[in-house]
Amino acid sequence: MSRDWPLWEVFVRSRRGLSHIHAGSVHAPDAQMALRNARDLYTRRQEGVSIWVVPSSAITAVSPDEKDPYFASAAGKAYRHPTFYDIPSEVRNL
Amino acid sequence: MSIQPAIAGYALQLGDDALIAAQRLSEWVARAPELEEDVALANIALDLLGQARPLLSYAGEVEGRGRTEDDLAYFRDEREFTNLQITELACGDFGEAIARQLVFSCYQFEMYQRLQSSRDETLAAVAAKAVKEVAYHRDHAAQWTLRLGDGTEESHRRMQAGLTRCWPYVAEIFRPDPLGQELAARGLAVDATQLRPAWGDYIAAVLREATLAWPETIPAPGGGRRGLHTEQLGQLLAEMQYLARCHPGARW
Amino acid sequence: MESGLQAGFERLLAADQRIEPRDWMPEAYRATLIRQIAQHAHSEIIGMQPEGNWITRAPSLRRKAILIAKVQDEAGHGLYLYSACETLGVDRADLLELLHSGQQKYSSIFNYPTLTWADVGAIGWLVDGAAITNQVALCRCSYGPYARAMVRICKEESFHQRQGYELLSTLAQGTPAQRAMAQDAVDRWWWPSLMMFGPPDDASPHSAQSMAWRIKRHSNDELRQKFVDITVPQAAAAGLTLPDSQLRWNEERGHYDIGPIDWAEFKRVIKGGGPCNRQRMDRRVGAHEEGSWVREAAAAYAAKHRPDGARQGGVAA
Repeated sequence: MSRDWPLWEVFVRSRRGLSHIHAGSVHAPDAQMALRNARDLYTRRQEGVSIWVVPSSAITAVSPDEKDPYFASAAGKAYRHPTFYDIPSEVRNL
Repeated sequence: MSIQPAIAGYALQLGDDALIAAQRLSEWVARAPELEEDVALANIALDLLGQARPLLSYAGEVEGRGRTEDDLAYFRDEREFTNLQITELACGDFGEAIARQLVFSCYQFEMYQRLQSSRDETLAAVAAKAVKEVAYHRDHAAQWTLRLGDGTEESHRRMQAGLTRCWPYVAEIFRPDPLGQELAARGLAVDATQLRPAWGDYIAAVLREATLAWPETIPAPGGGRRGLHTEQLGQLLAEMQYLARCHPGARW
Repeated sequence: MESGLQAGFERLLAADQRIEPRDWMPEAYRATLIRQIAQHAHSEIIGMQPEGNWITRAPSLRRKAILIAKVQDEAGHGLYLYSACETLGVDRADLLELLHSGQQKYSSIFNYPTLTWADVGAIGWLVDGAAITNQVALCRCSYGPYARAMVRICKEESFHQRQGYELLSTLAQGTPAQRAMAQDAVDRWWWPSLMMFGPPDDASPHSAQSMAWRIKRHSNDELRQKFVDITVPQAAAAGLTLPDSQLRWNEERGHYDIGPIDWAEFKRVIKGGGPCNRQRMDRRVGAHEEGSWVREAAAAYAAKHRPDGARQGGVAA
């Protein structure tokens, strides 16, 4: 189950002179695999690309512009905590 | 004496290896243990296909009978394929797939690394591109070998079993082949017998770290380079070739 | 206090700005997005199967390479979308569980079989074409992570459609057997492709709310019409006909008129009565279950090899 494979945020610098930009996330069991998965998914293995992976839980975030009581504490998580909510089943789409 | 036929034959060997390996790997699409592995294995299959195509094209060109990469891939019979038998083994579980990838990609790495200095420009160019790809393939296989070997009891058992299953086909990889040796003497190809020590050192280190035992198996008789294959190649080709053969001469 | 948050949320929507993961959002907005993004992701994953079916039999090495690349892209798109969905506070494992149990769906188009090589082309041209019509608009949807995932996806998607069309055109200009194969595939995939846009919006009660939230930017009928108008000339250019005797250009409307869509079939297939529903799920669930020993092994290895013994993060308890 993916529960055993934590979530990692991926930052990619596509060439020299630029800075790393957040590209998305990957699931992986450890940092080595996270780098490989990130490389396969977000760079399609172009050369010269620099990749950082960080466990999602290690990121501390503050964004005063985004207002939500859940994130009221100054140094919260970047995303809503995955285990905090249940997945709603009652809303139908289409 | 013209060495053109030898060069064509050698390119065909390497091309067949890559083609058949790619075909087996592509069977993992939508079957991999995790979505990230669907992407990873498809990537590897694409790389191998990307090696096979220029090698087959070159073989056809040097042969001089007007055969294209598709003519060679789709219209040769079982006895005309010259791939190593390890590449044609039917897909087993993920442990078997990784075991086979470890053995094969490590061999390809050692081979392409040396082929880069071939006096044949085309082979050298293919090797220069391929060596970077197979370095990645070898690393992917090694990372998974570690995780399966040193993961759970079940994964250790399956990984060991996977190694045992493909090990009989290791000997064939390093057997002397007249074509390879003839061309190696002229600086055009790589003599596979020379690759065994470096290959063995890398594999031994990975297995040790993965807490896996070096398998002890009886070597299979081999013969892939001479068109002698396991029964599995025929099945593979039946699937790979049937549509093209249903419409001979058609463009796709 | 919530009315202030609601007002803030609505101000962002009105200004066509993006809602980001740390913004307050109505629970129903969040729930709708989770379902929509997840089902979009599931569709990409399941969509690997009908096309993947022909990889080992592709009739040329070039086509084989193109097809592997396409199917790999689809896996990648699924992963981008699951990532976007996870920013809303759900775990991918739970989303997959909902797919496997049938509580979340995937696009019903993938319940049809790829009977011939030409079907691969028909999917690229018609199914991806329909998806693109929908997806371009989603690049401007209100939820930031979803919109950004869609931009990435759209960049890769146009190659897929072109390749599908090229595949079919090549067949249509080929041998009589190839021409017949191409036309047969189009005959079978045209109507299901039109159904991909969903029923007319007057039968879709949630459309209005999705539009207000800028998750949905055009009506089902609008998108379907756009797709038809683009595709009809393409069919003609490829020398293929479309299986609709009522299809004709309407000068007054400035659009193509089409015949009636069989919504009963659509409902039947969605409810499980399509040719491949069972097979698609069996394959997906099978891969997942067969792979569990691998995933467990990787997690076990990671636990044994943590550099400092501390938990490496990710989903905390």
